[in-house]
Amino acid sequence: MTDADRAFFEQEITGLLDRLYGAALRLAKNRADAEDLVAETVTKAWANLHTLHDRLCFRGWLFRILTNTFLSECRKTETTSLEALAEAQGETDEEPAFSLFDQLHQPFLLWWSNPEQEFLNKVLREDLQKAVDALPEVFRLPVILSDLQGLSYHEIATALGVPIGTVRSRLTRGRAQLQKALWQYRQELTETRERAANDVHDLKTGEHHERH
Amino acid sequence: MSDIKEIGCDEALHRLFEYLDRELDAARHAEMEQHLHTCRACYSRAEFEKRLKGKLGALSVEQTPSEFAQRIRGLLRRF
Repeated sequence: MTDADRAFFEQEITGLLDRLYGAALRLAKNRADAEDLVAETVTKAWANLHTLHDRLCFRGWLFRILTNTFLSECRKTETTSLEALAEAQGETDEEPAFSLFDQLHQPFLLWWSNPEQEFLNKVLREDLQKAVDALPEVFRLPVILSDLQGLSYHEIATALGVPIGTVRSRLTRGRAQLQKALWQYRQELTETRERAANDVHDLKTGEHHERH
Repeated sequence: MSDIKEIGCDEALHRLFEYLDRELDAARHAEMEQHLHTCRACYSRAEFEKRLKGKLGALSVEQTPSEFAQRIRGLLRRF
């Protein structure tokens, strides 16, 4: 490796570190494993830099290494394969697709408010993280690879070793489950607020009665 | 005259995520665009899914802890 290679590599890694760490954190779900995953990815990328012919593709190449490193770690520790998990989690069961938009979109309210836009403006990063982390592994990986890392279906199929049709159906089900979780968090928040408002109301009514 | 085939709402919703994921071929992509230009309901749905996807995409960037950034700098120096 030349000094120019070293300078190129260092500059790219430094520039991409927050993205690399973010992707690793979503994959590994904890800080210690995410840090090890990034360190291993950087080491592998440096060792294989000579195999990358088009340096404009560095970013995609680096994220593929990250994903493959994570997946091979999973395979080492998991006793059952993702395919067996898919069966166990009823991947083949047909269920109507859940749509958050359909739940939020209430045409009779639209003349004065826009609940879906309001939802998007208020949805918390931590709720999105929680919803992604809570997905069954078989759906979580395609969702992360597509929605967070921007990989194509073909790239996801290659990384996971499944046909493109499977990627498509897992993404559909994963996104539906994710939206369902977000809807549930919203419902829980609404109920908590309503309870709090009722408590305040009861308290005020109680004080009012005491005064009379 | 346009050669773009007209599609209905069911077909548009069926293809929506492949459209947002940029997985449709040029002809199907154009059909989706045409439908979204003429159908307010599907356009609203598409905008919602696009923004939600954008919010998920933002999860891929995380501030690297400074000690860890230091560890990586140390690693790079050893190469």
